[in-house]
Formats: sequence, structure tokens, C-alpha cells
Amino acid sequence: MEEILKVEGLSKTFTLSRKQQKIEHTAARRKTAVDNLSFDAYRGEIFGLLGPNGAGKTTTLRMLATLIRPDSGDAWLDGCSVVSDPETVRGKIGFLTSELKLEDFFTPNYLFDFFSRLHGVDEATCAQRKAAMFSRFGIDRFAEVKVANLSTGMKQKLSLVISLVHDPEVIIFDEPTNGLDVLTARTVTDYLQELRAEGKTIILSTHIFSLVERLCDRVGVIIDGRMIACGPLAEVCDGLSIEDRFFEMYKEVKGGEE
Amino acid sequence: MKKNNTWTIISKEFARFFGDRQLFFTTVIMPGLLIYVIYSLMGNGIQKMITEGQDETVCLTVQNMPQSMAPVLNAIDSSLVVVEQPFTDDDIAQLEDKEINAVLLRFPEGFDQLAIPEPGQPVPNVEIYYNSTNNASSRVYHTLSTMLGNYNRPFTVNMPQSEEQRFDQASEESIGAMIWSKMLPMLIIMMLFSGVMAIAPSSIAGEKERGTIATLLVTPMRRNELALGKIISLSGIALLSGISSFIGIALSLPKMVSGEGVDYADLGFHYTTADYFALLLVIFASVLIMASAVSILSALAKDVKNAGTMVTPFMLVVMLAGLLPMFQNGAAESLLVYFIPFYNSIEVMVAVFAHEMQWMPVIVTVASNAVYTGIAVWVLTRMFNSEKVMFSR
Repeated sequence: MEEILKVEGLSKTFTLSRKQQKIEHTAARRKTAVDNLSFDAYRGEIFGLLGPNGAGKTTTLRMLATLIRPDSGDAWLDGCSVVSDPETVRGKIGFLTSELKLEDFFTPNYLFDFFSRLHGVDEATCAQRKAAMFSRFGIDRFAEVKVANLSTGMKQKLSLVISLVHDPEVIIFDEPTNGLDVLTARTVTDYLQELRAEGKTIILSTHIFSLVERLCDRVGVIIDGRMIACGPLAEVCDGLSIEDRFFEMYKEVKGGEE
Repeated sequence: MKKNNTWTIISKEFARFFGDRQLFFTTVIMPGLLIYVIYSLMGNGIQKMITEGQDETVCLTVQNMPQSMAPVLNAIDSSLVVVEQPFTDDDIAQLEDKEINAVLLRFPEGFDQLAIPEPGQPVPNVEIYYNSTNNASSRVYHTLSTMLGNYNRPFTVNMPQSEEQRFDQASEESIGAMIWSKMLPMLIIMMLFSGVMAIAPSSIAGEKERGTIATLLVTPMRRNELALGKIISLSGIALLSGISSFIGIALSLPKMVSGEGVDYADLGFHYTTADYFALLLVIFASVLIMASAVSILSALAKDVKNAGTMVTPFMLVVMLAGLLPMFQNGAAESLLVYFIPFYNSIEVMVAVFAHEMQWMPVIVTVASNAVYTGIAVWVLTRMFNSEKVMFSR
């Protein structure tokens, strides 16, 4: 198997504001979100980062997407460092999270062309990909409708399509089905499997066990910013369901605390 | 070679701006239109106040007309009908009720024979009854009071002996230029700033607030391309807004200053091509630095509302700088002044409008503003790279 992503000793600490200190019930000014995280991902697989809310999954993915810089450690995507060569890395990935929004004012047609230009996609390829993607997700009928007037499900499908305008080798999805209606969620998960079949690598974060079981080839379990277990799904589960195995690990780390 | 995305960002910002009819109307059309309508209405109103009653016939009733005054009063104005007769309290009441277009003038009896009183002695009193809310009556009153105030003086001051004789040695052109140089720099700066204010907070802080900036930041575009694209597009739009306001002022100024159909040249508004070129250069340079500064503040802000709050004190400082020419004579001579951002542009505009433009201050201003804009692009690039600035809530 060809390694496409290598993560080594990735760490990130945030300074808490007074408000955040109150919310977190802590007197500490700094919080370690990701602590010396290492893992690999291979071409043509779906790798899932599984963990509870606040475990550090989103922070990890944001570092991989070069939106934030790690305090220490590094990650290499297809040989390019997220720390020293972030622009090249951004050209190789498609990143999708609910935090990323599209401008309401523009139409899907305009946005596809605009992001294609930013990614350096030539016009002919852009037109070809647009036709295929819009047709695949049923956006073609709404191509000239402003984003503001699209349904929530259609906006989410459009966000997915826009994140893939440049046909990236690695797709990073933060909670891919979060907030989606059942139909859109199914469309997305089916599409992730199609992408894997095409040889793309997908890194996703989730806290939904069924999603991991259905989609992921390999999984990394993160609790409190640390990688507790990482490997093929069957190996990590060790004969149990992923849900039971996760709670076993969680109790081990937290000492029975839930 | 990697493609430069600055133009992609500029075209997106322009598409956003020109595609939004409401935004385009409020930013580009409305300022010019409003300024034209308001200034024209104000000008017409002032003109009306000044000219109303000028052609109306006024009856000047004179009681105890002195012989010496009769020819003078009869020669005042063709619209003035002089009637020599006594008047009563009823006539005064009619004047109060605006029933008559009149002025009532009462001289003491034997006015011509009255000796000039010694200093400290009571002086004879001439009574002029008029109604100040009636323009015609008020006009005649002012003429009479000025004329009578000068009556029997041992000398006159600046009484022209011929039509050509002038006492004020300032040319009409230089008087006009002085007025323009005190007034227009502030107006231009304010309009350009308003243009920047109308769009910059929404363009950067708005993108942060809506979460769309992060979508841009995960593309391979270089951050300096994003910064430069934003600043250039904001400058272009602000410039359009400024031009609209300027056209509004240019069209309404003659009405404001002295009525319709006035030639600008009569008001000293005749500038050379070099003057206009210098003005254009300095306006470009000003808009660039304004857009840069507001973009930086806007990037620091959490949302559009916060950006508005942060930019307001800065706007006050710029307005204050715009007011300074009101209290000075001509442009600054020291070249060092032309290194001060914002103020340098104002000083160049003062020089241009005062017909004192020199190229060195213009070059220093444009060059220093270009350097400051370069620094601002660098700062904004750093800010786009900073997760604290871009993603803090």
C-alpha cells in the first residue's frame, strides 16, 4: 500500500479566554487540543478519526488542511509538509467542514468557476467536471440560483462539490454527515465510497460508530488529543463492535469516568 | 509558473458589487445623486431667499421729505415708488400684516436745517418702518439704512470713481481658488472614505462573520494575492463612489455658489491638465491607503458591526486632517509633510486647487502612499495567515 499521508508528533495548544475557562471549568490558561499525534493514511482508503466531542479531531484536520499551524510535529501529504509548504498541500486536498461557507450572493455556476480558477483548473476541465458533478448531485437544475435561495441539503451538496473542483487526491471531511438530512447524508456517504473506488484517499472525523463501521478501512481513536489506537478496523475492534471497543478504551483512559 | 490569483479575487469582488443592484445604487449612484439634489435644493433656496422681492415694486412713503434727500431717494431703484405723504399707525399695522409691499420713512421736521449736534448731544432720529419677513421691504430697508448711515459724513471709504477701479487686489481667480482649496480637499477625502466605509467592513469582516473567508483560505491561493486583490477591488469601488460624489458636487456647486448657469471659470475653477493629472494621481494614492487601512481594521474585527466600531475613530482622524486646510493659507512647503499618510494627499489637493501645484510633493505623496500600501498588503497577508486573527471569536 502506498502511503499518502504521514503525521508525526503533531501537537497544538490553545490559550483559553476567561469565558472559555469558565465554560471548561478550569483555571488553566492553556489547553492541549492535540498531543503528539502520529498516524499514516494510504492511497485508496478511508481513514476515520473517531473520538468524542472536544477530543481534538477537528483541530487535527484543520492542521492537515493548513488552516492552523501545529505547535510541534509535522504532516506530509504526498511528500509535502503542511508546515513548510502549505500552498502545495492545499492544492492537493479537498477540505470540507460545516465551518466553511459559500457566499450566499453567488450561484453554484459562478462559485464552481471561481474556485476552479483559484485551484488553477483550466476552463475545459472545469466545464467538464462541473457538468459531471452538478449532474451527479442534482445541482444542474439550480446552477443559476443564488446560494441564498437553495435548500439546506442543496447547499451542503454544493459545498461538497466546491471542495472537490480540483479533483484532489486526498479529501478531508470533518464530520461529513453532521447536520445533513438522511437523503443528503446517504448521497455523501455513497459518494465517499465512489471516491475510494477511484483511488482517492479520504480522511474523515466522526463520533458516529455506524459511519466508521460502514465506511472506514482503518481507524484512529482519539481521546483528549492523544491517539489511543490506530490500525485496520478489525484490528482496533479486536472482535468487539467499534462502539464497545471504543468505550473500553475510553474507560481505560478516563479511569471509569464517562 | 504559478498563476496569480489577484485578478480572480478582484473580479469576484467586482461581480459581488456590481451584481448587487442595491449595493451598487447605495454606494455609487446615491451619493452623487443625493449630493446633487441636496446641494441644488440648498443653492436654489439660498438664491430664492436672496433674489425674492428684487423685482417687486415697493412703495416708499416718506413723511417730512427733506429737500436734499428727494433726488437721492428717487434715484435708488426703478422698482421703488416714492410717495411724499404723512403715514399713520394704521399704515404701520398694514405693514405688519404684510398687506402692503412698503417701507415707511419718517424724517424729523426741518431735517435739512438741523445743525450737526456736538459730541454727546442727542442726534436727530430718522424712523424707518419695514417688515423683515417681506424680502422686498427688507431689501429697501437695508439700502436706506446704509445710505442714511453714510449721510453727511466728512469722507467716504472705497467709493469707486470708475467701473474698472478695484480696491481688493486679489484676482477673482485667486479668491475662487482659495475657496476651493479650503473646501474641496475635505469633501473629496470624506467622499472617498465614505466609499471605502460602505464596502470594506462587509468585504473582510463580513467574510469572517459568514465563514466564507475560511473557504478561500483552504485554496492554494497565496495570502498576499488575497490581500492585494481585496485592497485593489475595494479601492476601485471606493473610487467609483468618490467619482459619483464628485460629479454631484461639480454639478451642484454653481447653484450653491451663485445660481444656475454660472461658468466655473467665473469662480476661479479653471485648472490645467497637469493639475487634473496630479489630482487623479493623488486621489488614487489616497484611496489605496484608505482601503488598506480600513481592510486591516476590518480583518482585525470579529464581525461587520465590530469593524464599523473600529473604523469610526479612524474616520474622525481623517476628517480632522481634512479640516486643517480651513485654518491655513496654501499648501505646506516642507517636503516632510508629504510623507504623512492621508494628510499628504490633502496638502497636495490644497496645492492643486490653490494653483500652487509642484511635482515634487505629488511624487513624494504618491510614492510614500504606494510604500504604505505595500506595507499594508504585507500586514494583511500576515493577518490572513494568522489563525488568531482569522478564526478568533
